[in-house]
Amino acid sequence: MLTYQFSSIIRLGVKSLMLHKLRSLLTMLGIIFGVCSVIAMLAIGEGASYEAQEAIKKLGSNNIIVRSLKPAEESREASSGARHMSLKYGLTYEDAARIQSTIPGVARVLPMRIIRENVRFSRNEVPCQVIGTLPFYTEVVGVDVVRGRFLCHQDELHQNNVCAITVGLAARLFPYQDPLEHSIRIDAFYYQVAGIVREKNLPEQRTQTGKMEGEPLDNNVYIPLSTSRTRFGEVLFRRAAGSFQAEEVQLHQVTVQMRDLPAVETADPQIKTALKRFHDQNDYEIIVPLELLRQAEQTKRIFNIVLGSIAAISLLVGGIGIMNIMLATVTERTREIGIRRALGAKRRDITTQFLVETVVLSVGGGLVGVVVGLATPLAVSHLADMKTIVTLWSVLLAFGISGAVGVIFGLYPATAAAKLDPIEALRHE
Amino acid sequence: MSATTTTNNTLATKEIIRLEAVHKVYSLGDEVTVHALRGVDLTICAGTYMAIMGPSGSGKSTLLNLLGCLDRPTAGSYFLGGEDVSRMADDALSEARGRKIGFIFQSYNLIAQLTVIENIQVPLLYQGKDIRQNMDFCMRLAELVGLGDRAYHRPNQLSGGQQQRVAIARALVNDPLMILADEPTGNLDSQTGKEVLDLITNLNENGKTIVLVTHDDRVAARAHRVIHMKDGLIDRQVVKSEPPDHTSP
Repeated sequence: MLTYQFSSIIRLGVKSLMLHKLRSLLTMLGIIFGVCSVIAMLAIGEGASYEAQEAIKKLGSNNIIVRSLKPAEESREASSGARHMSLKYGLTYEDAARIQSTIPGVARVLPMRIIRENVRFSRNEVPCQVIGTLPFYTEVVGVDVVRGRFLCHQDELHQNNVCAITVGLAARLFPYQDPLEHSIRIDAFYYQVAGIVREKNLPEQRTQTGKMEGEPLDNNVYIPLSTSRTRFGEVLFRRAAGSFQAEEVQLHQVTVQMRDLPAVETADPQIKTALKRFHDQNDYEIIVPLELLRQAEQTKRIFNIVLGSIAAISLLVGGIGIMNIMLATVTERTREIGIRRALGAKRRDITTQFLVETVVLSVGGGLVGVVVGLATPLAVSHLADMKTIVTLWSVLLAFGISGAVGVIFGLYPATAAAKLDPIEALRHE
Repeated sequence: MSATTTTNNTLATKEIIRLEAVHKVYSLGDEVTVHALRGVDLTICAGTYMAIMGPSGSGKSTLLNLLGCLDRPTAGSYFLGGEDVSRMADDALSEARGRKIGFIFQSYNLIAQLTVIENIQVPLLYQGKDIRQNMDFCMRLAELVGLGDRAYHRPNQLSGGQQQRVAIARALVNDPLMILADEPTGNLDSQTGKEVLDLITNLNENGKTIVLVTHDDRVAARAHRVIHMKDGLIDRQVVKSEPPDHTSP
């Protein structure tokens, strides 16, 4: 009985709205765009921040990365005074040892030497990063061994000429052969391929000779750290277009793995202080992924608020449109209100009737808006190649707001309609 | 002259309307007031066919609005079917209006977006009655006014006379104590006007109480009792015949 009455009120509302199809459609359009933009904007914002966060998470949230940095030109000249044959900068073995022994909460310190060199097999030659590191690289940075094995302690101890190569490099160097049966040549030395690995998260490519854009990043060769020291030496030469440059860098990167998240926070300033004492120039940088993650989350929150409020404003404008139209409708249908009042309608009945009409408008617009809003991020992802994530709460929020907008902006016209004096209303032309 | 002088105990059982010293004052702001009714006493018995006449400004529209519970008197009492409606709150007044009064207007006042049958059902809706259960009754009413075959037409597909007949059916749907007709033939030509009046007369013969406001002497001539209003008072009253006694056993 009650549901029947309710459905008949809604049917009446729809019928009244259908009298002016274009007008109702245009009024709904405001809400449709509002809801659609709330959902789409939040989806785009969510997608963008998700990508950023994923990128940061790959660095490992328990890790602190300390990286050697080539000092700026001016400070280099100021510090060295005279012209030296080689430029000495960056992290040292001592730094790594110092971090390991003095900073509380450190689980492991992973030193890395990263040298760009061409790697050859047969007639294939691929520019690579030759990374000299320790066996526990796999656990700290996250590497899957696909075939064979990674470096081991024996390799480190004996400075073995062995290497592990990434999947991409293996495919490029050994199109037809089995890599594990061959050796690759780096500079003048041959290294037996011990294993093929897949990087879970690629260390950022060092761009010493300009960016190699468009090139896949997984051209990595891993060799024991001790091998790297003896085969390449501490001083690296680079000849390019007639100029000659020598650099002396002991370690290019040190990844510090902390035991837990709280330790990461305390260790960050401690590492800074520890390194500052032994480096008179700013030749290193400290990257704390956890901090970046926090910043990204903060940015995301601001991003969401800004996008959300822009979208909310469009919903508000839609609501004002509804209110405007409903006020006009009430004026236009004053006579009808008078008739209904004369036939026994209470004020409440009139309020309900007009409120139902606005809610039908806004909820109908909201439903269409949700559909369009779900389709828009798909289209954006497809066309603009951006990641978008539609969250349930954004859909519920947008739909909820649209319903609320209908009630809030419908209330005034509806009460205005109910307040009309029946006699006046009946006389209205 | 007053109409209540004939009231006695035997008639009280049939009495459905009693106005006692009803005043209505409209305030137009700036201390300008219009005294539309200046102490009207009136009794209407069940089964009466009464016409109210009078020049414009005489207070007949105000009287009609009060009788129809669309307005409340400034002073005095109004008993409708034994209930004092003169002090009722808005909701109760609406309820009384819907349950006890059927309106017929000069300009038909049908709701344009509804069909004939839906227009007839509107008063039921506000009494909380189930439309589906009363569907047959509404159809019979439509047939009664001769529009059984047009039940699903819209008002703009009907002639003036047909629309007025829909309005009559609508006025009957809640089985009201009284039907109030405000110039029911004012917008109709004489032939269709006559048909509508025949219908109203027919209703009265079947026991309905009719109160009708008109300028037209020919319309008023059908009534048993004609009240002439002047300057907010009942000026004179003509009683042609006693109403047929339907209510006594």
